[in-house]
Amino acid sequence: MPEVTFTQPSGERITVSADVGRSLMKVAVENLVPGIVGECGGDLSCATCHVFVDVPWVAKLPPMTAEEEQMLDVTAEEPTAASRLCCQITLTEDLDGLSLHVPETQR
Amino acid sequence: MTADSDLLIIGGGQAAGELAAALRSRDWGGSIAIVGEEDHVPYTRPPLSKAYLRGEVEAADLYLRRPDFYDRHGIAVSAGVAVADVDLEAQTVTLDDGRVRTWRKLVFATGGRPRRLPDSILRSAPNVHYIRTLADVDRLKAVRTDGASFVVVGGGYVGLEIASVLRSLDAQVTLVEAAVRLLGRVTSPVVSEFFRRLHRDRGVDVRVGTAVVEYQYSDAGNVIGAVLSDGSRIAVDQLLVGIGMVPNDELAARAGIDVDGGILVDRFCRTSANDVFAVGDVAKVTDLDGEPPRRLESMPNAVSHARVLADYLSGVEQPAVDPPWFWSDQYDIKLQSAGLVVPDDELVIRGNPDERRFSVLYLRDGVVTAVDAIGSRADYAAARKLIAQRVLVDAGIAADPGRRLLEAALASAGTTD
Repeated sequence: MPEVTFTQPSGERITVSADVGRSLMKVAVENLVPGIVGECGGDLSCATCHVFVDVPWVAKLPPMTAEEEQMLDVTAEEPTAASRLCCQITLTEDLDGLSLHVPETQR
Repeated sequence: MTADSDLLIIGGGQAAGELAAALRSRDWGGSIAIVGEEDHVPYTRPPLSKAYLRGEVEAADLYLRRPDFYDRHGIAVSAGVAVADVDLEAQTVTLDDGRVRTWRKLVFATGGRPRRLPDSILRSAPNVHYIRTLADVDRLKAVRTDGASFVVVGGGYVGLEIASVLRSLDAQVTLVEAAVRLLGRVTSPVVSEFFRRLHRDRGVDVRVGTAVVEYQYSDAGNVIGAVLSDGSRIAVDQLLVGIGMVPNDELAARAGIDVDGGILVDRFCRTSANDVFAVGDVAKVTDLDGEPPRRLESMPNAVSHARVLADYLSGVEQPAVDPPWFWSDQYDIKLQSAGLVVPDDELVIRGNPDERRFSVLYLRDGVVTAVDAIGSRADYAAARKLIAQRVLVDAGIAADPGRRLLEAALASAGTTD
């Protein structure tokens, strides 16, 4: 099972392993990763699963849809070029070792 | 004396599941029990009238968290069990199988049930459907749709979403709404008209300002015909009823807790009884800075209550700050709404409804208070910011789809207190 690390604003690193095919938002929520809310369940309606992808991984992720890009406009913390909504990232074997930072706030 | 649960949640829907998880994510260490009538761990209801009815997702996909989550986090879920009685003095609940459970804090997450048609024969008619639970939709999914005649009573979001799925399954659909327009309680006439035309264009026979005056039955007790107030008669293979929800507040009322069309709570979800709370569809919030008390029937509201109460129980008094929000999927159209529409709001329309991509902003004293965005996540996203920040906007700029909506912001109209 691929492992993913969510780094908290405090610097605390939370590494979880999860099944291929699940969304990163679901993985975070099921492991009670603080700071990932996923209020709308992955419908691209809430922008509360915002993450900053650690730079080496940015290009390895599937590209954003126009819808995801639009919803990044409403995140609580200003998005950057490394921003994604993690409900849109499906876990694959290739993403083993993926490293992300959780923003200070989601709303 | 040790209680069976430090916190007992009555009801096993999304509000219950999110509350339990939110408490654990805040390192709340007490024992938690969820007692729910349905035979499932907490699940999310919005897809029931959308992807689940279309057959695109399974029941397990609707679960908020996998069943083993609850064991791993010390949350005891009793599914398929109802609470029959609550005793506030003894701090107990009596379950429908007679068992008694003690608690220290109690949460009503009892939700609601579909409002029924008054006709008593309809209650037992096998081809009458209400939409609230997985079991309700499983029953609907079992019937033949191809070419069958469905009558949908009620032009609210549930009725419209069901109608759109039924059309994609090649059913003939007649939608009957007694009020003069669809979605009359929740949006403006321009949005109502958009959806009326959308459904009409997709082949739904939409009858607004029309009521069913008589149901006709077969010998077996099935509904076979509906006589409408316009004098026409429609043959019925299946009847769907989506005329609203009744809050399940009776158990609380019997226990002596204040109710009035819902369980009355303050902004921290506290009821009139000590250590007793209510969240989600059943909770009616009374202290809203001079606004009338309100009870919202929506998943985001349930999640918001869960978060507020989890904070409160963890020692943080942080009332909800986001405006209420909502979404609906019909055919290939997505509606996203935020804020609450009030009848005398000023309307600003961005874009063209004929292009199926437009948004309606609702302004009060120059401040955006609500938005309905159709096919425009960008406007929805921007409007949510404007609503939360309570800024004055330039209505002329806001109405110009060639400019970004955030450019319409003029100045702060005062901070939220």
